[in-house]
Amino acid sequence: MKQTTNLRINGTSYVHEVEPRLLLIHYLREVAGLTGPHIGCETSICGACTVAIDGKVVKSCAMFAVQADGSDILTIEGVAASGTLGAMQEAFWNEHGLQCGFCTPGMIMASRQLLERNPTPTEAEIRHGIDGNLCRCTGYQHIVNAVQAAAKAGA
Amino acid sequence: MIPQNFEYSSPRSLEAALDQLAGGPDGSADGSTKILAGGMSLIPLMKLRLAAPERLVDLRRVPGLNYIREESGVLHIGAMTTHYEVESSALVRAKCPLLAEAAANIGDVQVRNVGTIGGSVAHADPAADYPASLLALEASVTLVSKAGERTMSVEDFLVDTMTTALEPGEIVREVTVPLEKSGAGTAYAKMVQPASGFAIVGVAARIGEGFARIGVTGLASKAYRARNVEALLEGGADAATAAAVIAEGVDANSDLHASADYRRHVATVYAARAIRQAISRKY
Ligand SMILES: Cc1cc2nc3c(=O)[nH]c(=O)nc-3n(C[C@H](O)[C@H](O)[C@H](O)COP(=O)(O)OP(=O)(O)OC[C@H]3O[C@@H](n4cnc5c(N)ncnc54)[C@H](O)[C@@H]3O)c2cc1C
Ligand code: FES
Ligand code: FES
Repeated sequence: MKQTTNLRINGTSYVHEVEPRLLLIHYLREVAGLTGPHIGCETSICGACTVAIDGKVVKSCAMFAVQADGSDILTIEGVAASGTLGAMQEAFWNEHGLQCGFCTPGMIMASRQLLERNPTPTEAEIRHGIDGNLCRCTGYQHIVNAVQAAAKAGA
Repeated sequence: MIPQNFEYSSPRSLEAALDQLAGGPDGSADGSTKILAGGMSLIPLMKLRLAAPERLVDLRRVPGLNYIREESGVLHIGAMTTHYEVESSALVRAKCPLLAEAAANIGDVQVRNVGTIGGSVAHADPAADYPASLLALEASVTLVSKAGERTMSVEDFLVDTMTTALEPGEIVREVTVPLEKSGAGTAYAKMVQPASGFAIVGVAARIGEGFARIGVTGLASKAYRARNVEALLEGGADAATAAAVIAEGVDANSDLHASADYRRHVATVYAARAIRQAISRKY
């Protein structure tokens, strides 16, 4: 039986009737039309689908949309909502923290969470903070550099 | 990766949750209804269709299941408390650092943000991190059903691989840990399976004046207390001597990540590390 789901995504309200088994990532991409969060593995390993729910990052392929009913969701689209890049995005750009860019939306969401909780992380803490996110282009060193640069810039 | 269809409910009270789990006020629980907590174990299984419950009762909006508090020397942790909340709790870090260490070792930040302690013990994955520490800490679980409450040790609760003493219609309400006798030191040493973050072997040690408690995960079909190692330590043996017996007589797990022999060997190495570190942290 379909259920009404009320979500606030990047500040906009979305109300839809959905099947309980609809995964949040499929809701975001196919119902809400937000294709920033990617599907890499669909098995809760790669982190490409990472979004923040009420300020906490989650893998949206490991959650049903109905679980998020009533929550505030931030996707990568909301990070640069004004059209200007957020500080973390700026740092990834400057430090070449992406190659193909597939993992980047998830990497940026996880990195932002890390700096919110620990504004001055060590390199080991940065690697621990993003270990739920895989980069197939294996650009980890540049990603770590980008998070360090964002930390220095006080992001 | 689309699960079989199911009905979803999100009760706003524990009573309603217990009713729905039991199939309504007059019904009886039959296993086709499952509790949904963080979903970090259940949803991946449903996506693979290894689990196909007909109804899910989500505990996320049930008030009064998410707390960490100390009451007369006992730490009470509500079932819906997330791994991140345990890892970052000032109270847990100060009074029960082993549990904070175990929580910080689980998976990744996205998993720790939603996965819960109640879900972890109820799931009883033989390689989960919490059980080793909860055994070393001599923790208990409190279960609630429409018939009332009962409390049992985590050791009795963990029956076998993904099998617990939970009866149909029961919910894990909280985990309780008697707080440290002064003088105890604790440590958790884990060999990580890098893809999943789960333990290939994990050993939790709690060592104080005249006693030693050793919890082991990943090695056998369920997490257990290595009483042979505890007895040697209590008899004055050094870390390496005591750790060497940890896999004796154990029917060790074997999978593509680690053979049984390798796991047994790794267990002795990680046990020695955990014991040495626990002793060095005795205060
Ligand atoms: C990518 C990934 C990596 C992971 N790595 C690790 C790791 O390194 N170490 C580790 O220990 N774990 C790991 N996990 C598992 C994680 O810790 C889960 O959070 C935990 O095992 C289950 O908790 P949950 O709240 O998500 O439970 P759910 O998935 O919601 O439920 C699990 C089971 O327990 C039952 N249940 C849940 N809560 C209750 C309750 N209160 N009362 C009765 N029954 C209940 C459910 O019905 C279900 O059968 C990982 C998971 C993922 C996705
Ligand atoms: S697509 Fe969700 S973790 Fe890979
Ligand atoms: S930049 Fe290509 S996957 Fe990370």
